[in-house]
Amino acid sequence: MSERVLLDPTGEREAPSRERAPRPASLDGRTVGLLDISKPRGDVFLDRLEEQLAGRGLQVRRFTKPTFSKPAPVDLRHEIGTQCDVVIEALAD
Amino acid sequence: MPGTLTSKRYKVDDAVGAIDLCFEKGWTDGLPVVPPTEPAVRAMLDAARLAPDAQIAYIRDRAMAVTAEKVAINAVMAGCKPEYLPVVITAVEAACTDEFNIHGLLATTYFSSPVMIVNGPIAAAIGMNSGINVLGQGNRANATIGRALQLVVRNVGGGRPGGVDRATLGNPGKFTFCFAEDETGSPWEPLHVERGLTPDASAVTLFAGDGVRGMVDQLSRDPESLARSLAACLRAVPHPKMALGFDVIVVVSPEHGRVFREGGWSKSRLRDELLALLQLDGDDVIRGAGGIAEGLPEGLAGATVPKFRDDGLLLVHAGGGAGLFSAIIGGWINGPGGSQPVTREVRP
Repeated sequence: MSERVLLDPTGEREAPSRERAPRPASLDGRTVGLLDISKPRGDVFLDRLEEQLAGRGLQVRRFTKPTFSKPAPVDLRHEIGTQCDVVIEALAD
Repeated sequence: MPGTLTSKRYKVDDAVGAIDLCFEKGWTDGLPVVPPTEPAVRAMLDAARLAPDAQIAYIRDRAMAVTAEKVAINAVMAGCKPEYLPVVITAVEAACTDEFNIHGLLATTYFSSPVMIVNGPIAAAIGMNSGINVLGQGNRANATIGRALQLVVRNVGGGRPGGVDRATLGNPGKFTFCFAEDETGSPWEPLHVERGLTPDASAVTLFAGDGVRGMVDQLSRDPESLARSLAACLRAVPHPKMALGFDVIVVVSPEHGRVFREGGWSKSRLRDELLALLQLDGDDVIRGAGGIAEGLPEGLAGATVPKFRDDGLLLVHAGGGAGLFSAIIGGWINGPGGSQPVTREVRP
């Protein structure tokens, strides 16, 4: 069998990605976003987190994805990015 | 078809080296693939009269176009004949619609994956199986068309287990799950006609399905009994205490189909009867009922809950002539928030 040439079946492009923001040394004075991805009981987890974070005097904002089965819409990601310093996403079941 | 193939090239010494390279690069589903050489890919594109750079679909979540060249390369690897390519192309188009939501289907921890049903004259023209062992192995067109879609998902879409694919258990249909409906022997109109296309059109329907669960009823000889029997089995999709979130396909075999034909039941009659039989008593299916924590919210106590949404029950006729069985293929999350069945015409 002679030498042969194969063609690459992949997309040959990395999906665009961005660096994560550096993790803050402390949460003092930060606004924390809590993202519920709409899985059952995710709210139970996030309610408790909100209670604890607010108890430490932190600003907390709540967000919800319309459905857990699709990526968060661009405007929701933008909203979180512009309003919060850190975000906690709840995966639950 | 003119046009330059622009994919990156890899040189190998021989056929074994070619197969090994595909494994090393992570391009396969775990089984060997046919090495995608330029002549093979060209033959594939020529058969479908497609330019290599023709855009078949766009993957929004990866901001990436899927070109005919990439689909053809993956179809060669899957073992497709050139004449299968139009079906593969149609399946890729259908998979990349917002309605089908292939990204979510792949990213879920659930079992499901695309199940492909082919209707119309192209099925017989390319030698697809709609008869004996229809959901099993042994037919090149069924096996390789379904596999080609999975390889496109893997290689172009990035859907690798542990990457975007987060399935807890998966299912063997993720190698390939593609079959043709037996239209000529069916007591009913075929799936693509029910979904709005003409009988002479060829079509692909994609459904986000899990595996095949067998359903046995060897004693029912009247449609009322067989419908009750089917309903009893459908109650377990995906759990007897869950409702409305999952669609389902029932693949009705010829011997079960005969019971409905002889009883004079149309497809819509059977669907209506099944939906009526599958009205659940909320008290039986709420959380904690029957000593089972899983179930619907407690607020549904006293209510009647439909097991399936009205258009959530797909009926397809296929299989060998002997055997009083049908197959149940459960879905994944349905509706706009999950995956909707998508039917697309195969363009000649």
